[in-house]
Amino acid sequence: MTHLDKLESQSIYIFREAYHSFKNLAMPWSMGKDSNVLIWLAKKAFCGKIPFPVLHIDTTYEFPEMLEYRDWATKHYDLNLIVKINEEARARGVGYETHDPVTVTHELKTVALQQVMAQYKWDALVTGIRRDEDSTRAKERYFSPRTADFEWDYKDQPPEFWNQFTTAVKPGEHVRVQPLLDWTEIDIWYYIQREQIPIPQMYYARPGQNGKMYRYRSLGCWPITKTVESNATTIEAIIEELKTTRTSERAGRAQDHHERNAMQKLRAKGFM
Amino acid sequence: MSTTAPESQRLKIVIVGHVDHGKSTLIGRLFYDTNSLPDGKVEAIQKACEAEGMEFEYAFLLDALLEEQEQNITIDTTQIQFRTAQRNYVIIDAPGHKEFLKNMITGAASADAAILLIDAHEGVQEQSRRHGYLLSLLGVKQVIVAVNKMDLIEFNEEKFHALQKEYTAFLKPLGVTPSHFIPISAKHGHNITKASAQLAWYKGPSILDALESFSLPPSQDNLPLRFLVQDVYRFDERRIIAGRIEAGKLKVGDELVFWPDRKRSKVKSIEAWSAKEPVTSVTAGQSVAITLTEQIFAERGQIASHADNGPVEDREVTARIFWLHDEPLRHYGNYTLKLGTQSVEAHLVTINNVIDSSTLTTSKEPSGLVAKNEVAEVVLRTRKPIAFDNRDVVTETGRFVLMQGSRIGGGGIIHGAEYNAKTPDIIKSENIYWSEGEVTREDRITHFNHRGAVIWLTGLSGSGKSTLAKALETTLFVRGIGAYVLDGDNLRHGIASDLGFSAADRTENIRRAAHAARLLADAGLVVITALISPFAEDRNKAREIITEADIPFAEVYVNTPLEVCEQRDPKQLYAKARAGEIKGFTGIDAPYEPPVKSELELPTDKLTKEECLARLLHVAQEISSADYPDKEEEKSPGASI
Repeated sequence: MTHLDKLESQSIYIFREAYHSFKNLAMPWSMGKDSNVLIWLAKKAFCGKIPFPVLHIDTTYEFPEMLEYRDWATKHYDLNLIVKINEEARARGVGYETHDPVTVTHELKTVALQQVMAQYKWDALVTGIRRDEDSTRAKERYFSPRTADFEWDYKDQPPEFWNQFTTAVKPGEHVRVQPLLDWTEIDIWYYIQREQIPIPQMYYARPGQNGKMYRYRSLGCWPITKTVESNATTIEAIIEELKTTRTSERAGRAQDHHERNAMQKLRAKGFM
Repeated sequence: MSTTAPESQRLKIVIVGHVDHGKSTLIGRLFYDTNSLPDGKVEAIQKACEAEGMEFEYAFLLDALLEEQEQNITIDTTQIQFRTAQRNYVIIDAPGHKEFLKNMITGAASADAAILLIDAHEGVQEQSRRHGYLLSLLGVKQVIVAVNKMDLIEFNEEKFHALQKEYTAFLKPLGVTPSHFIPISAKHGHNITKASAQLAWYKGPSILDALESFSLPPSQDNLPLRFLVQDVYRFDERRIIAGRIEAGKLKVGDELVFWPDRKRSKVKSIEAWSAKEPVTSVTAGQSVAITLTEQIFAERGQIASHADNGPVEDREVTARIFWLHDEPLRHYGNYTLKLGTQSVEAHLVTINNVIDSSTLTTSKEPSGLVAKNEVAEVVLRTRKPIAFDNRDVVTETGRFVLMQGSRIGGGGIIHGAEYNAKTPDIIKSENIYWSEGEVTREDRITHFNHRGAVIWLTGLSGSGKSTLAKALETTLFVRGIGAYVLDGDNLRHGIASDLGFSAADRTENIRRAAHAARLLADAGLVVITALISPFAEDRNKAREIITEADIPFAEVYVNTPLEVCEQRDPKQLYAKARAGEIKGFTGIDAPYEPPVKSELELPTDKLTKEECLARLLHVAQEISSADYPDKEEEKSPGASI
């Protein structure tokens, strides 16, 4: 087995354990590269049928191209898509124009998720986070419980070994199931290349106004997501670029860097 | 920075040792010296340290949580990756504090190799010993011992060798032989990626060179097949069995045996969404989905093997277990045991050799408890048979966890006990077929004017089973119905004379009785069994064996209170059991699991013998009637979809 085969097999194993353990689960989907790999792995795990809903938390600051991709992929993969917007926060005027990115991310993503969870009462969410994205994620478990208030008790995580997981929670609590935990950014690209997984075009470099080429390395809300300078117009070129890069993947994501330990604070309160 | 191919494998290295002996510092330094940090990371942390008036430490590169940075202590395990020209590494930073042993195990359980750090100045400490012991339990064989902070003992060679001698002596009885003892200073970069002038007396490899010499985990492809069933899907017309090959190989056309039920079927196809060509074979490590030629009852928890080289099947497991939960493990406690995808209720029947995992001293007084951080030899008895292997044969099916509530309480390694191969339901010769006689069942029904059936009486010793069975036999017989009592005691004179009264033997006794009843009922008789049959699982199995042959079956619970049975005591067995002359006597020191849904319950202390008999006769006549429907309505197997 190759290294990618091993990663794929473990992710499929996690998917199947999750589906067996939690009958009421959903999979948040951001349409980003990791999220699309997740969809692909779910199709493999369940032989072509994703037997649970896919959730898009629409912050209303989505890139139009991503929404187009969403509608195409929903049909292409035969997804049961649920779209959720925190209308209440938007009505209150919460937005990047007036608020700091940590507040907006919390309101339009985490609180929106809380609202939709309260509605559907899911007991597990399959997420696409990876250990190499961020140092708090490096401490995560495949099955990571959250309290009814969405809190992550990172000081007392349950033991997890020999492929035995936390599969029971109290009413109101839920488990984050994280099949991509062991994958790195470059693994994701090698896998997209090998499997020929369709991804949004924004990951490929395009000319900017100054004539230089730019691409998105990580995708989020448009007001707080920056491009990186890059000539990579193909997956092969992206992989070559990543082999030598010395900047971190989420450098272009403003909410991570707003203050010291911003990610820990966001994640402890329920952010992915 | 190298261009390692994507296909290159990852070696997982766990860094363990006592708190503050420098694990996070070593990793920070390793990353720094191999150029594996993103631009500006070190500078950013240096700046943050200056702002807070702290000295810069490489450990800060790793300790992500605010609490970890403030207390300078690793709370939870971190996994990070780096690569060299040769390959990729996953480095697992494990906490060294006793309080966080569960996190250390979480990190160390998946490691291919370990670096055990010892502070040259402080020497061997509690966690140095405990971690060494746990590495041996977890089966991590490739170990480097790094003696850190050599700068604090002026790079002294004698002190290093004294430490090496002391710790080697500790590890030896555990079966851990470190491949290298390396003097280092993580803080100052001595012997991390390159040799050090101050340590010129040391001629061995640096940490990085030693890591590069370790081997990847061996392939499991040539071991006996173990396909662990995770789930059965029926999204469309296909019935798909999903799971992972933990050992061995599987291909289309293979005959599989599903344990513990030991049903057989052949692999019809291997399902693979998006595959360009049909998949015809799979190997260890792959998550797969298969369909079978015959629709046997497959469910989560089963282990499929080839016809030869199956796993052990038993209701008793001997294991070495380590306990991680605050609530101690209790003798006679009931726990959920999870092994692979199997999950069974287990009763802790024996605790031996409780060992403090740090001092390795065995506690003198048996307390009936295994406390947090202790290790013990235990015997667990499961409510139904489970399939497993000795850890030395197949690792993945040779270990399990015990749940304490919804959390993993501890882990067990199956090791050091002999198990008899039990394959009674597997027909050992390929050339034996079920012979269909020329006299059909319909012929017999017409001839006798009734059909064969089984009335299964269960209840405590002395509850009145035999008395009622004999009375029913006579009553039926005088009415022209061929009836026969299959008495537990009589079976034990012949068919089951080799069996005792252990849980496993009782199970086997019931299995034989069920098969005997099935044959007699097939011959046209109404069979009345009178066996204690204390375990629900065994009675269910008997029901399955008999109804599988389309023979009507009724379970009758002869419900007589224990006090009444003990008072009657026709064979003086209760008296002997109370006196301790008989061990494992049902109701006294062995359990009886009352039926939950029997066809008939007879509370003999409330009914007269005649009333009981009338009710029994009613059931017997109903199910042995020539008009009784041929087949039960097909039961839908309890698959998940």
